[in-house]
Amino acid sequence: MSDLKLQVNGKWVELDVPQSRYLAEVLRYDLGLTGTKIGCNESECGICSVLVNGTPVNSCIYPAFKAQGAAIITIEGLEQDGRLHPLQQAFLDHGAVQCGFCTPGLIMTAKALLDEKAAAKQPVTEHDIKVALKDTYCRCTGYQSVINAILQASGQDVKPYIPKTKAPCQTIGHALPNPDSLAKITGRAMYTDDFVFPGMLYARTKRAGVPHARIRHIETAEAAALPGVRAVLTHADVPGRQNHGLVTVDWPVLCSDKVRYAGDAVAVVAADSEEIAAAALELIKVDYETLPVVDDPIQAGQPDAPIVHEERPDGNLLKHIKVRKGDMAAGFAAADVVVERTYRTPMTEQMFLEPECSIGVPRGYDPTAFGGTIDPAAQRGVQYRHDKTTIYCGTQIPYLDREQTAAALNVPPEQVRIVAALMGGGFGGKEDIAAQIHVALLAERTGRPVKMLYTRAESLLFHPKRHATIIRIKTGAKRDGRLTAVEAELYGDGGAYASLSEKVMTRATTHASGPYDVPHVKVDCYAMYTNNTPCGAFRGFGVTQSCFAVESNMDLVARELGLDPIAFRRINALDVGGTTCTGQVMRESVGLQECIAGVEADMRAHHTALGEAFRWSWSEGRKHYAWGIGIGYKNTGLGGGAPDKASAIVETGVTDGQVWAEVRTSSAEMGQGLPAVLAACAAEELGLPYGQVRVLLGDTDHCPDGGPTTASRQTYVSGNAARHAARTLRARLQQVVADHFGQPVEQWSFADGQFSANGTRAGLVEAIEWAQASGQPTWEEYEYWAPKTQPLGTGGDMHVAFGFGAQAALVEVDDDTGAIKVLKIVGAHDVGRAINPLTLEGQIEGGIIMCLGNALTEHFINEQGQAWTDVMARYKMPSIKHTPEIISRIIEHQTADGPYGAKGIGELSSIPTTPAIVNAIANAVGVRFCSVPVDQDALLLAWKAGETECLCGWGYEH
Amino acid sequence: MAYWNDYYTPHTIEEAVEILGRYEGRACMIGGGTDLLLEIQQGHRPRMDALVDPTRIEGLDQIVEEDGWLVIGAGVTHTRIVNDPRMRQHGTCLVESCGVIGGPQVRNVATLAGNIAHALPAGDGTIGTLALGGEVQVAQASGLAWQPMEEIFIGPGQSTVDPKRMLIARIRFRPTGEHEGSAFRRVMRPQGIALPMIGMAARVRLAGEQITEVRIAIGPAAKVPLLAVKTMQALVGQTPSDKTFAAAAETALAEVQLRTSRHRASAAYREEMIRTQLPLTLAKAVERAHTGQAEPEGVGA
Ligand SMILES: Cc1cc2nc3c(=O)[nH]c(=O)nc-3n(C[C@H](O)[C@H](O)[C@H](O)COP(=O)(O)OP(=O)(O)OC[C@H]3O[C@@H](n4cnc5c(N)ncnc54)[C@H](O)[C@@H]3O)c2cc1C
Ligand code: FES
Ligand code: FES
Repeated sequence: MSDLKLQVNGKWVELDVPQSRYLAEVLRYDLGLTGTKIGCNESECGICSVLVNGTPVNSCIYPAFKAQGAAIITIEGLEQDGRLHPLQQAFLDHGAVQCGFCTPGLIMTAKALLDEKAAAKQPVTEHDIKVALKDTYCRCTGYQSVINAILQASGQDVKPYIPKTKAPCQTIGHALPNPDSLAKITGRAMYTDDFVFPGMLYARTKRAGVPHARIRHIETAEAAALPGVRAVLTHADVPGRQNHGLVTVDWPVLCSDKVRYAGDAVAVVAADSEEIAAAALELIKVDYETLPVVDDPIQAGQPDAPIVHEERPDGNLLKHIKVRKGDMAAGFAAADVVVERTYRTPMTEQMFLEPECSIGVPRGYDPTAFGGTIDPAAQRGVQYRHDKTTIYCGTQIPYLDREQTAAALNVPPEQVRIVAALMGGGFGGKEDIAAQIHVALLAERTGRPVKMLYTRAESLLFHPKRHATIIRIKTGAKRDGRLTAVEAELYGDGGAYASLSEKVMTRATTHASGPYDVPHVKVDCYAMYTNNTPCGAFRGFGVTQSCFAVESNMDLVARELGLDPIAFRRINALDVGGTTCTGQVMRESVGLQECIAGVEADMRAHHTALGEAFRWSWSEGRKHYAWGIGIGYKNTGLGGGAPDKASAIVETGVTDGQVWAEVRTSSAEMGQGLPAVLAACAAEELGLPYGQVRVLLGDTDHCPDGGPTTASRQTYVSGNAARHAARTLRARLQQVVADHFGQPVEQWSFADGQFSANGTRAGLVEAIEWAQASGQPTWEEYEYWAPKTQPLGTGGDMHVAFGFGAQAALVEVDDDTGAIKVLKIVGAHDVGRAINPLTLEGQIEGGIIMCLGNALTEHFINEQGQAWTDVMARYKMPSIKHTPEIISRIIEHQTADGPYGAKGIGELSSIPTTPAIVNAIANAVGVRFCSVPVDQDALLLAWKAGETECLCGWGYEH
Repeated sequence: MAYWNDYYTPHTIEEAVEILGRYEGRACMIGGGTDLLLEIQQGHRPRMDALVDPTRIEGLDQIVEEDGWLVIGAGVTHTRIVNDPRMRQHGTCLVESCGVIGGPQVRNVATLAGNIAHALPAGDGTIGTLALGGEVQVAQASGLAWQPMEEIFIGPGQSTVDPKRMLIARIRFRPTGEHEGSAFRRVMRPQGIALPMIGMAARVRLAGEQITEVRIAIGPAAKVPLLAVKTMQALVGQTPSDKTFAAAAETALAEVQLRTSRHRASAAYREEMIRTQLPLTLAKAVERAHTGQAEPEGVGA
C-alpha cells in the first residue's frame, strides 16, 4: 500500500492503495465515484474516459500512480452549483442518452474537445467531434444525436433531430427525455456493478475452455483450500433443477457429465476478492475426454456428425420450421424469371457496453452483521429488504429469472426476488440466465452477498448471439414484375443450447419471403445444435438475416427483369388486403407503400438539392457512388399462438399538495426508452404533467409481470397495460368524486386533470384524498392481453401487428483500396403511432447504425468451436466515424389495438439496412456480396478480376 | 493476482536503469501501457514485479532541437508529436503515422518510444520514424548510445532493446528542410483488427527535377519494419512522374515479402496496395518537397 494523492473533481484526496491499481478502480471502488463506467478493460471502448490534467484517457488501463499529483475530472465533477453542464443538458435535449452506460465517457471526451476549442477560440465542427470521439463507443444511439448535442453544447444553434409526426395529444406524441436520463448524464445512475453491500464476496466462473468433451472428474479441493475462498460449487451443489432454459430446459446451471461449448460453466467460486476468486479458478482441475466438434449447422445434420445432446431424439436438429403457401410448381411455372442464390450471415454479438453482472443477497442478510449499513442515498426507489434470496442484475426478463433461479434453488418462485438494476444495453443478449443462479447459490451457501461481474472476454465467450445462417433462396417473377413464388431453405446455427433458437428461427422463416404478397411460398428452416456459442435473441430476431437474403435476391430479380428496384418492390409490397406467407390477411396498419414512396422522395431530394437528376450510381475521380435499397417488416409481439400479456400497476398519491403517479411493471429498460412510453401513457390518461409520473421497473416484489422484453412488444403490451391501469384508476377516482357529491357517475367527465359535472369541479388531489379517506385503493393493476394469435401452419393472424420500413443507403467505394463508406441513409418506418418522437428517433438511428455494423464490420468468429473473437478489440461495432447522415421519416398507420395506435419499433430499423448497403455496393462496383460483413480485400480482388459475386464476407474460412 | 506490484516514475535516466537492474528482469519499461498492459492482462506476456515509467524523467517529456536534430523524449506521447508545429512541418510523415494510432485517449498516453520498442513490422509510428531516418538512444548500465533505428529490429515484436534491462531514452531524426518532404499512408480495415493491412512512408529530397535522396519504409512487408533499400536506390536520380512511381512500386514488390495474415489482409491485396498506395505516398512527399507546404493529412482518421 502506498500514498496516492490526486485532485479529484477539485478536491484533494489521499489514498493508501496498492501501486497495482488502475485509475478506474481507484475512482469506482476506492472513491465510490461509480459514474465512470468500465465496458471492456482493454482500452477499446473509451467509455471509462476521465480527464487527467484536462486530457481524456482510458482510466481502465491507466495506472493510478501514473496520475500521482494530477487533477482528475469525472462525470460527477461536471455539475456546478447543482446546474447541469451544457453538455449534460444538450445530451438530455437531444435524446443522446439511451442505456446511458457510455454517456459519461462520451460527455467527458466531448468536454475535453470543447475546452480545447474554446481555449483556441475555434468553433467545433462535426469533423472535430468525429476525430475526438472516434474511439468512444455507443451501441445505442447511432451517434447522430450525440454529434448534434455536442454542437449545441459548443454554443451552436442545433435543434434535436425529430421527424414530423401526427399532432400530439396532451403528452402522447411529444418529444420528451426518458425519465431516467437525468441520473444517467450525471453519473448517479446505478447499474449492477455500482452496488456494493457490506460483507460482499466476489465470484468467478470456471468455464470449459474446450468446445466438446466428457467430464471425467472435477477436482476443487485445492481451490477451496486457497485462503480467502469462501465457496466452490459444482453441479453437485445445485439443490434443484439442474438445467435452465427459456423455452427448452437444456442448459446446465453447472455441467456435470459433459461440456457442449467452450463457455460452459463447470464450477463457481466466491472469495474475499476478485483476484482470489480468479486465482482459485486456476486451481480447479477438470479432467476431460475431448470429443469431436461440430461447428457448422449443415454439417450438424449429417449422419456422422458428433451429437451435441445425445438424449434428444432428432440428433442435432433443434427444430424444423415450415411455411407452406400455395403450389410451388404452379408458382415457378408461372415465372418468367427465376433467381436462386445462397447467402451466408455470420454469428454476431450484441456488444452491449455493460458486461453481465449479478449480485446475490442471501435470505435474512443483515448488513450490520458485517459492520456496515446500506447507504440510503443509493436507494433510488429500491427497498433493501432481504427477507428472501434477492438478485440484483440487469435482465430483460425478471420473472423468468425468478422462476429459473427458484427452480435451481428448489424453492417456490415467491421466495426469490429479482431487482432489475439499470441495464447498460441488452439487445436480446440479456434474456438468458447469466450468473443469476450462480450468485444465488453462492449467496445462500456463504450467507453473504456475492457479486459476479463478467469480464468482457467472458461476456463474449458466454452469452447467446445472433444466429449464423445459410439461406438458399429462389425467387420467381413475371415480366410485369409480379412475384410468383419464393422458395427458401435456411440453416441456423443454434450453438450448444436451445436458448430462443426455435423462436428466432421461426421469425427468420416466416419473414423469408419478405414484406411482399407472394402467392406461392415454401420455406424450410433447420435450427441446429452445434458446439458453437449458443445463439438466441438479438435485435431483429432472425429477420435481419432473412431480410438480407430476400432483398439481395429482389435486386437480382429486378435486374433480370430490367425493372427499377423501387418500382419492382412497390408492385409486390404488402398492403391492406394482402396476405403474408403464413396466410395472415392484412386488415389494417400497413404503411409500407408510403415508406417506400417516402424513401424514394428523399433519395430524389438528395439530387435535387445538388441541382441534378436522380441516378442510382456514378463515379467521381477514383470514387464510385451508388444508392441501394432494402425494405423489411417485423412482427410486434410474441405471436404464433403464444399468450402475450403484460401487467402494470399505476398508483397515485399526493405529496406536498402535488399529485404523483407511479407506473410499476417488470418489463425491462435497456435503453430503448420504455419508461418514457409508460410515463406518457399514464400521464395522458390521468391528465398529469409527464414530469409527475415515476416509473419503477423490474422489481418482482413490487412490479407485476410485464413478460419478456423481446419481440418489440413492450410499447404494445406494457404500454397498453399502463394505459388501461391508468384509465381504470381514473374511472375509480371519478366514481369517488361522484359519490362525494352524491351524483351519478355518468354525469361526470374528465379533462385536463379535472373531474367536472354541471359546473362542479374536483381536481385529482381531492379525488385521491377522498379515495384515501374512504379507504379505497389509489392504485390499480391491469393485466393486458394482446389479441389472440394463431400458431404457424394454421393460417389466420399469426401476429397482432407488423412494423414496416424502407431504407436506402448511399455508399462510396474507393477504387484503390475497396474501402467502403456509407454516406447517407434515408429511412421511413411505419410505427403505428409515435408515442415519443425523441426516443423513437433514437431507436431508429441506433438500429440503423447497428445494422450498418452487420453489413460492414461485425462477425463473431468461431473456429472449431473456439472463439477467435475473444476480446472487444476483435469485434468492431460502428464508431462515430462510421455514422452517415440519417434522414428519417415516421409513417403512422395506426393499429387498432396498440396504445394510441402504436406498434413496435425496437427491431424494425435494424433490419433493412444490411441489404440496402450491400445492394448499393453492388450498384457501385458491380460486385455482389452474398455474405456479410463485406470485406474490402475480397471486394477489391474480385472487382479487379472482373468477378461479379463474392460468396465470402470477412472472417469466413475461404 | 495484480499484474504488477510496484510502479516507478524515476526522475533520471540513471535511476530508471538502476531500477531495472535491481529487479533483474522482473521489471519492465512502460510508456502509455497501451500495448504492454493489454499483453500482460491477456496472458501474452508474464506479469511484472515492477513497471518503470519514463514520462517524468527530466528532459524526456519534451521535443527539442539539438545540433540539427529533432529529438523526441521517451515520455512524449503521440498527441504531443501530432500537435507540435516543428513536427508537422519537418516530420510530416511521423505526424501522419502517429496521428492514426488508436483514438485520442490512446494517443494521449501512448508514446513513440513504446511503439518503436514494441517492434511490430507495421507499427505506425515506427514506419514513420524509419522513413525519416530515425535513430534511437538506448540507455543501459553501460551508458547511452545512439543507433540507427533499423539496426535494433530482429523479428516481429523483437528488438535488441530489452525493456527489462534498458530503455529507449530518445528518438531523433534530421528535420526535413528545403526541397524535402515526407508522407505516410496506410490501409486499415474496419473490422476487428487493430493493425494496418499495410502502411508505408517516404521521405524525399529533390534537386531541381531530380530525386537526390529518398527513404521508404513499408510494413508489414517483412519480419521487421522494412526499409525498402532497393527501391530507394532505384529512385535516386529519377525524375518524379507517375511512371517513375509505378516502376518504384514494382521494384518494391520485388523486395518485400508479403504474407497473408488471417482475417487481416491477403498477400494479393497487399501487393495491390503497394501498387496503388506507394505511388500516392511518393507523389505526396514530392509535392511537399516542391511546395514546402506540409499540412499533415488524415490525422485522427
Ligand atoms: C485501441 C488501440 C489502438 C491501437 N492502434 C494502433 C495503431 O493504429 N497503430 C499502432 O502502431 N499501434 C496501435 N496501438 C498500439 C499502441 O498503442 C502503440 O503501439 C503505442 O505507441 C505503444 O506505446 P505505449 O507507450 O503505450 O507502449 P507500452 O505499451 O507502454 O510499451 C510497449 C512496449 O515497449 C516497451 N517500452 C515502452 N517504453 C519504452 C522505452 N522508453 N524504452 C524501452 N522499451 C519501452 C514496453 O516494455 C513494451 O514492451 C493501439 C493500441 C490500442 C489499445
Ligand atoms: S476503454 Fe476502458 S473500459 Fe473500455
Ligand atoms: S447509450 Fe450509448 S451505449 Fe447505450
